[in-house]
Amino acid sequence: MNRIKNTLSQDKKLLSIYFTAGYPEPEDTVSIIKDLEKNGVDFIEIGLPFSDPLADGPTIQESSGVALKNGMTTKKLFQQLDGIREEVEIPLIIMGYFNPILQFGVEEFCKRCAAVGIDGLIIPDLPVEEYNEKYRVIFEKYGLSNIFLITPQTSEERIRFIDSVSEGFIYMVSTASVTGSTKGFTQETRDYFRRISEMKLRNPQIVGFGISDEETYGQATEFAKGAIIGSAFIKHLNSSGKQDISGFVKRIRPV
Amino acid sequence: MSYQVDEKGYYGDFGGAYIPEMLYPNVEELRRQYLDIMKEESFQKEFKELLRDYVGRPTPLYYAERFSKKYGTKVYLKREDLCHTGAHKINNTVGQILMAKRLGKNRIIAETGAGQHGVATATVCALMGIECIVYMGEIDIDRQAPNVARMKMLGATVIPAKSGSRTLKDATNEAIRDWINNPVDTHYIIGSVVGPHPYPDMVARFQAVISEEIKVQLKEKENRENPDYVVACVGGGSNAAGAYYHYLDTPEVGIIAVEAAGKGIDSGKSAATSVLGKEGIIHGSKTLLMQSEDGQITEPYSISAGLDYPGVGPMHANLFRSGRGEFISITDEAAMKAGLQLAKLEGIIPAIESSHALAIFEDRKFKEDDIVVVNLSGRGDKDLSTYIDYFQL
Ligand SMILES: Cc1ncc(COP(=O)(O)O)c(C=O)c1O
Repeated sequence: MNRIKNTLSQDKKLLSIYFTAGYPEPEDTVSIIKDLEKNGVDFIEIGLPFSDPLADGPTIQESSGVALKNGMTTKKLFQQLDGIREEVEIPLIIMGYFNPILQFGVEEFCKRCAAVGIDGLIIPDLPVEEYNEKYRVIFEKYGLSNIFLITPQTSEERIRFIDSVSEGFIYMVSTASVTGSTKGFTQETRDYFRRISEMKLRNPQIVGFGISDEETYGQATEFAKGAIIGSAFIKHLNSSGKQDISGFVKRIRPV
Repeated sequence: MSYQVDEKGYYGDFGGAYIPEMLYPNVEELRRQYLDIMKEESFQKEFKELLRDYVGRPTPLYYAERFSKKYGTKVYLKREDLCHTGAHKINNTVGQILMAKRLGKNRIIAETGAGQHGVATATVCALMGIECIVYMGEIDIDRQAPNVARMKMLGATVIPAKSGSRTLKDATNEAIRDWINNPVDTHYIIGSVVGPHPYPDMVARFQAVISEEIKVQLKEKENRENPDYVVACVGGGSNAAGAYYHYLDTPEVGIIAVEAAGKGIDSGKSAATSVLGKEGIIHGSKTLLMQSEDGQITEPYSISAGLDYPGVGPMHANLFRSGRGEFISITDEAAMKAGLQLAKLEGIIPAIESSHALAIFEDRKFKEDDIVVVNLSGRGDKDLSTYIDYFQL
């Protein structure tokens, strides 16, 4: 059974939410996952906090900092996720930087992911070449999809290469920026969404970075299969707490 | 086996380019072109002229007679402290600004800790009339006010890094984020032999002028190109990489790397990466770095802001692991004493970074006829207030 592929084969646009594990409170991880599923989110990215998140803007940096202060660790995340598959069915993906995974041991990490029911990984600073050469066999052994990023600057040739290595979806970074931009999408960005969709890749594309509301979600999913919201959700947790997750999801994708 | 970088960007197990895809086009563009550009005759001509007429090279190789006598060996000082702006850092920024121009970039970003690299970058940007943005940790901005003022005078914009521990590693993170946000027109001038390939190799090549000159100068003075030892302090490792460069694959030249022990290796306040670090990834490079068991990067400490980096360049990580390099750590106290001593013995006030390299002679003994070259990476002007506070001058 491959939960990611099943979800992607549904005949609808998908909504994914990113949040940082251990934020705002250390033990919030599982309850947030359950709430997101209950409110119709299609899949979830669980952020593994890191001291030096290079590709992230201030919102996710701060949530990582708080999570680390809360005592969040890789080991603790796996403890929290133990048993999650008895309650949650949607795909769960861990998004984290490579160093904590390397320290945990790549094979051990993958093994634990498989054991708790994680479906895939997004590791922004593990380039596709290194993955292919050194780690792909391990990921495949444990049935984990590794998701790669492309950006508006990625060449067509490289996109085709990344598509050939990917199993699941391609993470399409909307604009040249770190996470958390709220500037909205220009015509140029929307043309890029179209250009990629016209490449007819093997893997569907999910757009991330810079999606914060119904409008940007709509624009992102005009051509792509779905979109991921991160910083906007963290901000919501920060201002409204965990109470109104249903309201947040409904504002992005009204039923 | 060579201690130089291989064609994949590795020094043994270390190096590579662990970067998010957003940086790939920029780093790849640089990787494909840097060697060709550096080989161009016009590039070499311009680089050499600027090093001579603007930086003030060659810097002297000075036989430190009284210092030598005190320690019973022959010590030469490579006087990088006499470079324009006061340290070796400018060798690299001159090279990189010429590289940036050839890549068609019109906006420069840099990180800085103590401010030396920031000043060296602001200087070459002023020289070329190119916009310059320097990221500096909020805490360092407070600690290094004179260098902040110098950068401003030189026309640079100094942006405080407010994330994480608000020091050098966070300034580097902010510079990398800026590069992600500005992928087309911007070149990132990294200040040491760190970061993703090809940076460690490119910066080492620009700093290699140090050992190129040592060879010629030692030949004149001692009728031999090779000293018995080359000694340098290591923060990220650029002055050391430059001093070692042409000796890396000459086994009869001993390589000594001096790290900052801070208040002592086991004090929890140290920057001795080779001793305290483990293999991991920092700023796009696989290398040794100080980190928690969980892989979170920890904050180093040294009295010298320029050695206060939690990682070390991949070249040095490989020198350490392979045993090619001898690594020594020096405490704040020993370094400060060595700085004061050089002032008294030779009339040279060294940067506190360089003082670490000078301090090894107390415990590390050399033979009487050994020739030991110490790379005096910078001058102590920037550190006067630290010297004043420390010695109650
Ligand atoms: C005088 C001096 N020496 C050494 C260093 C350390 O850097 P690196 O190890 O790259 O030479 C610095 C950094 O600011 C410096 O200013």
